[in-house]
Amino acid sequence: MALVKDRALADYPLEGVFRVTSNNAACLPLLRKIQQVEFAALELNLYLDTHPDDFRAIEQYNRMHRELCELKRQYEQQHEPLLNYGFGMNNGRTWRWAETPWPWDM
Amino acid sequence: MWVYEKKLQYPVNVSGKNVQLAKWIITQYGGPDGELAASLRYLNQRYSIPTERAKATLNDIGTEELAHLEIVGTLVHKLTKDASIAELKAADLAGHYADHDRALFYVDAVGNPWTAAYIQAKGDPIADLTENMAAEQKARATYNWLINLSDDPQVTDVLRFLREREVVHFQRFGETLNYVQQYLDEKKCY
Repeated sequence: MALVKDRALADYPLEGVFRVTSNNAACLPLLRKIQQVEFAALELNLYLDTHPDDFRAIEQYNRMHRELCELKRQYEQQHEPLLNYGFGMNNGRTWRWAETPWPWDM
Repeated sequence: MWVYEKKLQYPVNVSGKNVQLAKWIITQYGGPDGELAASLRYLNQRYSIPTERAKATLNDIGTEELAHLEIVGTLVHKLTKDASIAELKAADLAGHYADHDRALFYVDAVGNPWTAAYIQAKGDPIADLTENMAAEQKARATYNWLINLSDDPQVTDVLRFLREREVVHFQRFGETLNYVQQYLDEKKCY
């Protein structure tokens, strides 16, 4: 099962393709890390949907989950909201969700 | 219920405006083998498919396809947002401009609007899962042709990511088909 995650991460050139046009450059390294870990979690998720008895994969999935939660907590605290609908906090006295750039404009 | 995350699944950068390339890529937004068709097909089949595993696979792949729809939309938007009228005309997008300006719309590479006739839910789990496997292969082939057409390496990078996902989804649907087949066979014995 290590293969799934390692291959997934190795196959895509996940470093060095960012080009920034907006003012949120400081967020990008952490955002990139989140995209990587979330990708590994998603791959494990789909694998587990068809291999639900693979306990090693479940352990890996849970490890990715913990890492992802921590990264997202950091991101939302230091940068911009990722989640709304009550799944994320608003840091500040104005509604950050509607003030920060959208993915297609970044 | 879905939870939206204000980020893309995979980063999208383009080298610059490229109206012609966008006109071809939009087929993966609203064309017959595109991400909208994929997502709506899988999410809709969830209700009638037997087994918890198959429901999980349809739910989770259908959800990932929504993330891909957003990636393709971002590609098209970035490639066309600064296009001049002359550039739109040169890429044969004057008709699109007349109906939509530079807004995105669910169309294929020659402008045909999306239709539910692209997808099917037969109710027969073997038929539905086999359709899904074919859909993944058609989407993979489409990304292949788009990669052949692309003259922007940054766009090609995103198209390669999306093409790889079709291969993974095909694999998961294949495993689901085997499992459901087994389940149906066992049911007959009792």
